[in-house]
Amino acid sequence: MIVAERKPLAEILNMVRDCKKILVLACRGCVSVCSAGGEREAEILASLIRLGMKKNGKSCEVIEGSLVRQCDREYIEGIDQWQGQYDAIVSTACGVGVNFIANLRPADNVFPALNTTFFGGSAEQGIWSEQCAGCGDCVLHLTGGLCPVARCAKSLMNGPCGGSVDGRCEIDPNVDCVWQMIYDRMGRLDRQEEMAKSAPIRDWSTAGHGGPRKQIRKDLTVS
Amino acid sequence: MSFTPDIRLFSCHYTSQQSCAHEGKELQELGFPENIQLTRIPCTGKLEVSTMLKAFEDGADAVYVVGCPVDGCHNVQGSQRAAKRVAAVREMLQELEVEPDRVRMYHLNRGLHPEFIDAGIEMNQRIEKIGPSPF
Ligand code: SF4
Ligand code: SF4
Repeated sequence: MIVAERKPLAEILNMVRDCKKILVLACRGCVSVCSAGGEREAEILASLIRLGMKKNGKSCEVIEGSLVRQCDREYIEGIDQWQGQYDAIVSTACGVGVNFIANLRPADNVFPALNTTFFGGSAEQGIWSEQCAGCGDCVLHLTGGLCPVARCAKSLMNGPCGGSVDGRCEIDPNVDCVWQMIYDRMGRLDRQEEMAKSAPIRDWSTAGHGGPRKQIRKDLTVS
Repeated sequence: MSFTPDIRLFSCHYTSQQSCAHEGKELQELGFPENIQLTRIPCTGKLEVSTMLKAFEDGADAVYVVGCPVDGCHNVQGSQRAAKRVAAVREMLQELEVEPDRVRMYHLNRGLHPEFIDAGIEMNQRIEKIGPSPF
């Protein structure tokens, strides 16, 4: 899922400093699962904005709403139900949701309440970690299922580098060296031989270095 | 400047069970500050961050929570969860540049003990000193 965290309150309060009517809009997708921008967090943020505005001597009406997701056209249309009740939307969705509102509602002010951090998962309650960087040309079949793009500090394609010490990465002794993990895992799977092949020079154009990426599924399009 | 703080207390059934004795008069008789508004909840683990924030929106000068001892919660981890949520609200107040001590967590033994009264008096004195809420 997409993982995100709330921006510092001062930053959000500064975005909305001149607003009189705010819609804090939750997303019930990924950000609700990672407890950053679901209905519960939007309720908290709405309260904090009301308190912050009041403390700053500003009067402002803050309402809350939520959408199933903010990354699909049909759900964004649901914003119509609050028409006239806001002069700005503070979205607690990931950056995709904020972009979708900006794309589809040219007359609406929209502000991000979250910093979208990474694609990851939660192995332990309350802790999330990055697992994939969406590089567009997955190599997990070569690495025993462990991602070197997202989990190696240098995104190396044939590590480990010389900075790997006792299974830890040179950037931080608390960070596992994913290439050591790949090596150990491939050994356990009796596939270590595969690692002797040197990885070809990689074409990173699929990883966003070729401009914004787009995906078309002809079997799903309607026109 | 002396003022009478508006203080909201959220307490679980177990730590405040005798607050209802003598039609609620026992607390008063024991010197519990009258300006503390007590809301009893089944378990402090059920208390939401938003409920504490709403109390401030509603005019509270301070909010405190009384739950079971850390290692002796009737619902195992309820009071530990409450303590984490109280800590989260303290951080939020700090972000708003408001004194974090307007929110406190107390872990007390079940039943009505002098500590329950003391916590109320302590909280009241603390907030009298800090002053009215800036909200
Ligand atoms: S190789 Fe690319 S697509 Fe595969 S997990 Fe890593 S970042 Fe994601
Ligand atoms: S030590 Fe490991 S994880 Fe760190 S940069 Fe080198 S190969 Fe990557």
